Order: sequence, then structure tokens, then C-alpha cells
Amino acid sequence: MVFELHPVSLRVNGVEKTLDIEARVSLLDVLRDHLHLTGTKKGCNQGACGACTVLVDGERINSCLALAMQYEGREIRTIEGLANGELHPLQQAFIEHDGFQCGYCTPGQICSAVGMLFEFGAGAPSAVTKEGGKLELTDAELRERMSGNLCRCGAYVGIREAILQAQEVMAR
Amino acid sequence: MNDFTYVRASDVEAAVSLLAEQRAAARFLAGGTNLVDLMREGVERPEVLVDITRAPLAEVQELPDGGLRIGAMVRNSHLAGHPLVRQRYPLLSQAILHGASAQLRNMATTGGNIMQRTRCCYFYDISSQCNKRTHGSGCDAMNGYNRMHAVLGTSAHCIAAHPSDMCVAMAALDAKVNVRGRAGERTIAFGEFHLLPGDTPQVETSLAAGELITSIDLPAPTAGLRSIYRKVRDRASYAFALVAVAAAIRMENGVMSEVRLALGGLATKPWRATIAEQLLRGAAPSPGLFAKAAEAELAPAVVRSGNAFKPELTKRTIEAVLAEITGTEGDLQ
Repeated sequence: MVFELHPVSLRVNGVEKTLDIEARVSLLDVLRDHLHLTGTKKGCNQGACGACTVLVDGERINSCLALAMQYEGREIRTIEGLANGELHPLQQAFIEHDGFQCGYCTPGQICSAVGMLFEFGAGAPSAVTKEGGKLELTDAELRERMSGNLCRCGAYVGIREAILQAQEVMAR
Repeated sequence: MNDFTYVRASDVEAAVSLLAEQRAAARFLAGGTNLVDLMREGVERPEVLVDITRAPLAEVQELPDGGLRIGAMVRNSHLAGHPLVRQRYPLLSQAILHGASAQLRNMATTGGNIMQRTRCCYFYDISSQCNKRTHGSGCDAMNGYNRMHAVLGTSAHCIAAHPSDMCVAMAALDAKVNVRGRAGERTIAFGEFHLLPGDTPQVETSLAAGELITSIDLPAPTAGLRSIYRKVRDRASYAFALVAVAAAIRMENGVMSEVRLALGGLATKPWRATIAEQLLRGAAPSPGLFAKAAEAELAPAVVRSGNAFKPELTKRTIEAVLAEITGTEGDLQ
């Protein structure tokens, strides 16, 4: 069986790439297999683990459930596009606080945390946010907002500390 | 995943005609969080996908009667965080935020959430028997792993639970679903949108072939309505409900003048608890009344080996939520 190829133009980490892909290809597979950006990881491939988290127009999504065709014209950012001469504050903080053991979930954790801090900064509520109160990144808020990223090594303590440090650094 | 033809619709009219023009099995594609997953599992095998995410349906607008119109392509995260929703319909915002993860809520749309399919593991596994997937083939959930399955609204053919949190709040709030097909536009009451499985579990909604959800209308909110969305699940976040309770109550002169109660996670469709509502409406709140109302609502429950805990868990959750909303003290079971 021959699958039809479609031309698609994707903007990844600030660079425009034109590719011919099958309509059924996920954004995750395009990133890894076509653009060789293997930082983004395939964990469950069904939206349950968060290892494939990337940013689209600044918002975090699961790239495994995203058909690449749908993301034409959007600004896609992966773990490879976060550092700007020096490491992103979240990357630096994950190193300093041992926010990982095996490291497989780390690119997803970091991209997710970038998106989370963006949402938090914009005042987006979570399931544990009390209406009318001042929005603070308490432990309960942080856990709830990062619940879409699993870490089978259980490095959550380090991940939490890394995110709190990065939040402070980024606020300076 | 099977190959398919991908086409983009620039507006509602194009979407409806593009789908109608297809001779092959065609589906509308929105956020993809459920459909792409089902296609990967081989449960859905559409030959054509009509991408509707570029149709201009991503607005939240105030209606002249004080209600709200939510475009079908408004994403779940945007809806939950919208100032008017947080202020006027906190129950809806809370329900959405209790579903999925932040990543999925950033992708999933309002219309797609309403159209999502059950997470019954036998529906998902194409080597299992499932009357929803293949009508008349049998149901492996009946005597299988059915801990997550429904106890209300079931039939001899299907016990699959409806998975949505958002829909539970919409059922409680008397939302209306606006749809458009080739024959024109029509509006479906939320309670009539999802269907009980009965003898035809493969028919899940009252949408006609080729009809597209364009928006959801919420009626004007009642002043003084207090609400709670409580979800009981196996982990603190990012898990489907064992039981969810959406409740909104207005107290007036010591009685519950308005009562809205809906349940999730334990029924085959978003479940408006009309039996309990009737007992509560106009009455003074008390632990005894809450227990009686919850008992009456759960009386028709049909349990299987794995989900026999659900009626009791639901009753306790309903009682706790009602007590908290009305500030009722006293012994709760």
C-alpha cells in the first residue's frame, strides 16, 4: 500500500521546515524521525505520560496526540530550542537540583514547566485554585499543574525544587 | 494507524459540505486528543478527516439574555480560564480543570469533549467483544475488569461509563448544543444530546449523520447559586473519575430554592440527578434529607463485581457536597 504524501511547512525552534509527510504522522514522529530532534521523547504514545510535551505558540501540548498536519503555521518549540546561548533557567535548575534520574521524562518535564509558568503568570486557574484568593505557586498548585508529566524514577522532589528555583530566577 | 485523506475546512459551511461530499467514512477532527488515540488503536478507521480547528468557532460571547455562547473550538483550558466562566459558571470551570492534564486541556476543544468516547478498556481493545464497537458482538466488560464502569443508565448490552467532567457540569447547568448540518441549524438540550445505550450502544448521541456541533449555550446564571465540583479518583490528579458530583444550590429563607445536581464517572451518560433534585428542591437542608435523596437517586443502580462500591461512594460524596454547599452541620454517614 502506498500512502499519499502531503507537503507541510512547520516552524520549529524558529526555523521553517518544509516536508512531505503522510497525514497520519504525529507531530512527535515528525520531530524525532523527520527533523531528527530526538530530545522530545516517546513514552506511552497515548497522552498519559507527558514525555512528548512540546510548546505550541507558548502553550504546552502532547505531541504524540497531535497530527503534524494540524500544526502548520504554528510556532513549535522543543527542548532543543529552549537554550539561548546559555541554558534556560529551568534546564539549569533541573541540573542543580537533580530533577531526574534516568532523564527520559526530563525534556517533557522541562517543556511542561515552561508552559506551566507561562500559564501561572497569566493567572490561569487550576483545579486547586481558590477563587478570589491570591495566586501562589504552593506545593498543591505545583503538583496539580505538573500532574500531566510522570517520572517513573520518582524524581519529583528534585523536579519541584528545580521549578521553584527557576520561577524565582525568571522573575528577576 | 490506517491512512486517510486530510482536508481543512475554513468555516462551518465548508466543514459540513466537505463531510457530506465524502462517500467514504469521514470524521470531523478537532483537538485530536481522543480521535487520534482511537485511530492508533484501530477503533476508529476513518478514510477522511475534515480538520475544523481553523473554522472561526473559538469565541466565547455573551448572549442578550445574560447567558453565554461557547464556540465549539474553544479549547478546554481557555474555557476554564475565561473570566466570564470563572465568575458566572465556576462549576463549569472547576469541572474542566478536574479533567485530563494541562497539556490535554490546551488541545481539547469544547465540541470534542462532548463527542469523546468511553474509556472502557474493552471498547479500546479491538480483540475484545464490544457492542459499542461491533453491534451484537457481546460485551466483555460484563464479567471482566469493570471497576471503572457505569452503574446507572446501563443496559444488558453495555455498561461503559461516560468519561467527561466538563459534560457533568454542562448537564447540571442546562446547556444547549447548537448543531449545523446540511438541513440547517438546530438546538439540542444537553440532557437529550447523549443517549443511553439500551439496545443500540453504538449510537451515542442524537446528532444526525454529518451534523457538526457549532456552539454551546449556557442559560443566564442565577444570582446566589453556590456550587461545588467534587471528583473522587484513584490518584489526586489526572485520572478518570470513580465518581464525580456537580452541585449548585441557591438558599432562600432557609430552603433550597434551586437545586442542580449531576453525576459523572458512574453513568453511561452525563447524569442529571433529577430524582434527588426533586426531593431536595424547596426543602430545608438536613443530613437526613441528603441521605434520603442520594439513596433515591442510586436506587436503580445495577452493579457488577468490580464496581459494587460505586453506589455507596456516590451517596457519601453527594451527602458531603450538599452539606458543604448549604453549610449543614450534623452527622454524615
